[in-house]
Amino acid sequence: MSKSLGNYMEIITARATDADVRSRSQDGGIVSAAFIYGIENGILDGSIVASAPDKHNPSPVVAITKEDILKARGTKYSISPNVALLKSAVREHGLEKVGFVGTPCQLVALRKAIKYPLGFRHVGDKVGLIIGIFCMENFNYQSMKILIEEYANVSMDDVLKTDIGKGKLWVYKKDGSEPITVPLKETHIFEQKSCHVCTDYTSELADFSTGSVGSPDGWSTVIIRTKRGKEFIDKMIADGKLETQPADLEGKGGIPLLEKLSNGKKEKSLDTIRIREENGLPVPKLL
Amino acid sequence: MVRVAHVHLSACTGCLISLADSYEKLPEILEAIDLVYSITLADEKTVVTETDEKISIERVYPDNVDIALVEGSVCIDDEHSMALLKEVREKSNIVVAFGSCAATGGINSFSRGGQDPQPTHTAFLPIGKVIKVDFALPGCAPAIEGILNFIFAALEGDTDYMLPYAVFAEEFMDTNGLDLARRVISQSLCMGCGTCAAACQTRAIKMYDGKPNFDMDLCINCGICTFQCPRISVSSTVFNIE
Repeated sequence: MSKSLGNYMEIITARATDADVRSRSQDGGIVSAAFIYGIENGILDGSIVASAPDKHNPSPVVAITKEDILKARGTKYSISPNVALLKSAVREHGLEKVGFVGTPCQLVALRKAIKYPLGFRHVGDKVGLIIGIFCMENFNYQSMKILIEEYANVSMDDVLKTDIGKGKLWVYKKDGSEPITVPLKETHIFEQKSCHVCTDYTSELADFSTGSVGSPDGWSTVIIRTKRGKEFIDKMIADGKLETQPADLEGKGGIPLLEKLSNGKKEKSLDTIRIREENGLPVPKLL
Repeated sequence: MVRVAHVHLSACTGCLISLADSYEKLPEILEAIDLVYSITLADEKTVVTETDEKISIERVYPDNVDIALVEGSVCIDDEHSMALLKEVREKSNIVVAFGSCAATGGINSFSRGGQDPQPTHTAFLPIGKVIKVDFALPGCAPAIEGILNFIFAALEGDTDYMLPYAVFAEEFMDTNGLDLARRVISQSLCMGCGTCAAACQTRAIKMYDGKPNFDMDLCINCGICTFQCPRISVSSTVFNIE
């Protein structure tokens, strides 16, 4: 339990043991490894994931095999409306145990849909696992394109992967050359404005949430929040799919950094909400 | 026991069918409530008056109803519907607009009269335009899980859970896809989760570049997109997860 990170049972640092999963994954490959584990062990029939063949204009897809999951590895910094595919995953794809990965705001939407399912007939009880990712903000496709092409001076076709960390946007090229960086102070103006009313950085409504912050390079921080999340992670560890180390609860780059970023987002967004209200603009109502 | 009535105005009975779609839960509901009035699910209680000129048989809406589920829009050109709706309000403690026709007008809001068998019946309104409505459950039809959650919350008196339905009754009678776009996209609040697109019951909403696009030719004014949108409102109960 912590005010800045939401309710949780446990925080660990982990990474996938499968080298296939880890290569091309963003950090520790937790999300991909979890969904593959779920599918291969009958815990999940499939998962809704963000797929972006060109890495930058993602759209949700229903992944039902390991290959499908591997194709969708890695963070995308543009919007993938994953909730949009929820009904279709249950109806058209016939999944009875759906894995879902999303940003904090998408998990609020999903939990709302499960608790208030007037428009979601026979869907809620088929969501088998909810994974959240850490998310500071999102960029729409055009913003990302400007940042990559005009700020980093890289053609969209040459991008292998993008990352945000250590105060910079990192653009990795397919030719394996040194990554180009853009300082985050230059990217801020391209952030999606609707992200600025969101006070959740660590996906507080997930079964477990994951992201790079708080763990060494190549590893991910995993915040386990629910019984279902804990059982799932424990099984993965017991079956050797995840290797773990204790989370760094003291160090400057450890959990204190995660808490600092989380608190920072909360404060900034509460400020934006207050300013919107002062200007007579609507804000999402908490009922 | 809680006295419940189901009142049928201008609608297709789909909302009631959705309720009956609960299979094994239906007996549980029927055991927990006293269904005092439902012309579709229960025997009707009638009063027969016999005079020298005629014998009239009239349906009786009972007194002291705790919860009235009103399905359908009210035709303001039909005196019987108007009278029944007002009687329901007077005799019921809680009135629920059950389904989109009652909550937002739904597809009935396209009505323009000139049709058999009552060509003069032109206007079909959400019931909240005529009486005070306490809670509204939009949806065409509302999903059974949502109806059940509402009914059991009402039986338990869980007002925290029921609040969004009260707010919807109060503020969203005129909503539809275009209204949602104005309230959310045009206010820089849409972050592109896709919930509206999934909830839409006519597939009028498609996501393009991370934002919903509304095909208003397909929108039936049911309001479910607005109800589900997390950037309109979120109940504090959503944050209690286990």
